[in-house]
Amino acid sequence: MSELNYVGKRIPRSDGAKKVTGQAIYINDLKRPGMLYGAILYSRYPHALIKSIDVSRAKALPGVRAVITADDVPEIPIGFIKDNRPLKKGKVRSMRDEIAAVAATDPDIAAEAVSLIKVEYEPLPGVFTPEEALAEGAPLIHDLDFKGRPATSNKVKLPWKLVCGDPDEGKSRAKHVVEHEYRTTFVSHCCMGASGVVAEFDHDKNLTMYSITQIPYLAQGDYLEALKVLGLGRSKVRVLCQTIGGGFGSKLDTHCYEFIAILLSFATGKPVKILFSREEEFLAQATRQPTITRISQGCDENGRLTFREIKMLLDNGAYTSWGATTPSVMMVPASSLYRVPNVFYDADIVYTNNLYSQAFRGYGNPQATFAVECSMDELAEAAGIDPAEFRLINANQPGETSPQRFQITSCGLSECIEKVRDGLGWDQHLAAKAAGNHATGSKARGMGLASLIHVGGGARVYRSDGHGMIMKLDDFGKLSVFTGAVEIGQGTESTLRQVVAESVGLPIEDVNIVSHDTDICPWDVGTHASRQAFISCNAAIQCAGELKKKLFALAGEQMKADPAELEMREGSIFRKGAEDQAMPLLKVLKRAHFSTQGKMVMAETFYDPPNEMLDKEMKGNLSCSWAFGCHGVEVEVDTATGQVKILNYQAAHDVGKALNPLFIEGQIYGAAVMGTGMALTEELRLDHGKVMNGSFTDYKLLTAKDVLPVTPIIVETFDPAGPYGAKGIGEPGCVPSSPAIANAIYDAIGVRMSELPMTPERVLKAIKEKNR
Amino acid sequence: MKKHMQFILNGHEVTAEADTRQSLLSLLREEFELTGAKEGCGEGECGACTVIVDGLAVNSCIMPALEASGCRVETVEGLAGPDGSLHPLQQAFVDFGAVQCGFCTPGMVMSAKALLDEDAAPDEETIRTAIEGNLCRCTGYKQIVDAIKTAAEKMP
Ligand code: FES
Ligand code: FES
Repeated sequence: MSELNYVGKRIPRSDGAKKVTGQAIYINDLKRPGMLYGAILYSRYPHALIKSIDVSRAKALPGVRAVITADDVPEIPIGFIKDNRPLKKGKVRSMRDEIAAVAATDPDIAAEAVSLIKVEYEPLPGVFTPEEALAEGAPLIHDLDFKGRPATSNKVKLPWKLVCGDPDEGKSRAKHVVEHEYRTTFVSHCCMGASGVVAEFDHDKNLTMYSITQIPYLAQGDYLEALKVLGLGRSKVRVLCQTIGGGFGSKLDTHCYEFIAILLSFATGKPVKILFSREEEFLAQATRQPTITRISQGCDENGRLTFREIKMLLDNGAYTSWGATTPSVMMVPASSLYRVPNVFYDADIVYTNNLYSQAFRGYGNPQATFAVECSMDELAEAAGIDPAEFRLINANQPGETSPQRFQITSCGLSECIEKVRDGLGWDQHLAAKAAGNHATGSKARGMGLASLIHVGGGARVYRSDGHGMIMKLDDFGKLSVFTGAVEIGQGTESTLRQVVAESVGLPIEDVNIVSHDTDICPWDVGTHASRQAFISCNAAIQCAGELKKKLFALAGEQMKADPAELEMREGSIFRKGAEDQAMPLLKVLKRAHFSTQGKMVMAETFYDPPNEMLDKEMKGNLSCSWAFGCHGVEVEVDTATGQVKILNYQAAHDVGKALNPLFIEGQIYGAAVMGTGMALTEELRLDHGKVMNGSFTDYKLLTAKDVLPVTPIIVETFDPAGPYGAKGIGEPGCVPSSPAIANAIYDAIGVRMSELPMTPERVLKAIKEKNR
Repeated sequence: MKKHMQFILNGHEVTAEADTRQSLLSLLREEFELTGAKEGCGEGECGACTVIVDGLAVNSCIMPALEASGCRVETVEGLAGPDGSLHPLQQAFVDFGAVQCGFCTPGMVMSAKALLDEDAAPDEETIRTAIEGNLCRCTGYKQIVDAIKTAAEKMP
């Protein structure tokens, strides 16, 4: 490949100036003429019958334009298996259940009106853990299953089961076997920009959603369904994404509040804005999927894995969003992190009266990897092999097909493990330990590793994993690129701009990315699965090829040259090897346009990656390239207080090719801190379904003072399917933090932490239990 | 109840009618349409609403607007030069990847500005303390700290 002008360079983000000057418009900042403000009344009980709702006082309040309950609107089934409704009728099943909503001329009036609504409840017994929900005689949360048949238990009927090879044979061959249970809890996305939307109908009843969704085109489909229910089968929906104050998966579903805004706007004929308070965000924005994982795995006398068996119990909460589908990704590390020939995976998802969960960076992978990687350390110990060595023995290699039929083309896992090991000073630590002169006692030090595998080349979870793109050259030599990609802060637009400039051959300043508008930009499945840079940049390369074909045909005529011999660099078109006789793009475009039978240059493409949907057995090459990485930490555990301090944090990632190292480092730093938060401090505490710590004072995010000394290590393996060799990096960085830290704690004090977060109280408790 | 107030906003003398219960953040956003400062929590817990009042970084969401009477108030909109050139802090934030979603950024920049106005050469510990109250969910803080350090070095 010839020298690259833009790809691989640390080019600052293109929306940076807008964001540092306060000019970027977030949903918080958006006002529409005549706009009303919506507010929502949530349930007072986690499980109760609604006996009556009295909205008369709310309606009478000056400034109130509409008050709606489920009785006033047609039923709009929403959620992954359509077991949810924007407003609940007859029964509430969790504390976040939406009962009524108000639209008023100002947010304070709306809030006051909500407080004037009187609801009479008849409380019902609730279930608050999956075990309780499965117990004999447990109250049923939904009377009907999602096919409308009478429900017989609280299990959500989703078949998450995978069997690869012969697990029994693998067990019988195992020389060493370990088994343990691991638990993870509710974690909030805590996007600094809370949820919000403006719904607006025009006089033809077409709907515009000023939105912060990560899935504008799927959302468009959901909203259209809702309009059909409202009798607006011919209406159109336009989704206009605003600048988004953080995503992390929280905007991969369409949420109750969005439909409530639509209903309020429909009822009033005015634009209606709903903007969550922080308290509301903790309550009514679905969380990470909590898990209980029973894992056993074994290896032979040489330390080679022979089987892995994982059974999970997932707390679904009261309704079904994407949390219930995270087993599809939990299976990825279960079956394919390291070479393990025989695998059994099974997950039960159970309704409870808790908050429901949804997609969250890593999509279940961090929870599953917590179990897999802690168990790897247990097994290494049982086999008497150094944990780093044990991982290297079993590391995935390029050219292999995993038992779940993942085709691993490029793989830098071994290199990641080795680099992290070196960065930590692992061997020196081992030597010190062997000699008995490493830090023990009240400030004990230890090291731990954990690796990851994640989708790195899209993920065919919908029938299409595609991305449409249009390129248009104007009379001034500037290129507009219309893309369905959503920028949620990760820098996807800026990366795309670099790749476009590179592959078309233009100065980067001449590339203009047009996005966030479903009326103008072609379809994309969404910003999820770490896919956006991979997919949109591949689309860009493909589209650039089309564009140049047309451009060079015109230039060839004008330059009396064979189009196949032409090239463009920084906006100059020339015959290969004759750069000095270049013709400026601008001239070619103008001549082509302003002549009889003139022509302009545009191109379009739809890129759909060569990956597969999982088949009935849950097998298939879900992603066309696979991302790997390894994190290693050194911790100091204060055995008097239980405090865990991280002294060194090495984070190596096989990114295929770093399209922009500045952004990749940003993803790694940010994700490692997020993963460490999940490991050590973050837990949305529920007591009988009620949020006990719904504020930043009580829900502990890491701050700048919690110095996390992360060293990002970029490993390049040049994936054959990737744009310039790149693969996804959005999610991987938060996957291995928890097990790496848990393994380091074990190394320091010999205590196996099996529940997240590993708070000082839990560490102390575990120490006490061990000493008992 | 509304009261008349007068203060200096980004170098200009201004007047306003502020409600006794109104926060400074609401006044800035609603009356002056300076929407750079953001509401991330409304409770003084996240720093997204940080502006500078008489040289001190404050959470404007919990500061009554009327308390800013007669004060010098600086917001992120007042940082760039008259020709639009970015303040060294803003430039460093862009250059160092200290901005991702950008929601925390205006508050973060203003906390950093208050620090550098006070201490031209802060060490890392001091920088981290100055932005401790500014939560960021995207960046992990490292690139923000680097940006502030570099801006400090570059500023005259
Ligand atoms: S909005 Fe003021 S501190 Fe969070
Ligand atoms: S950049 Fe997103 S919260 Fe800081």
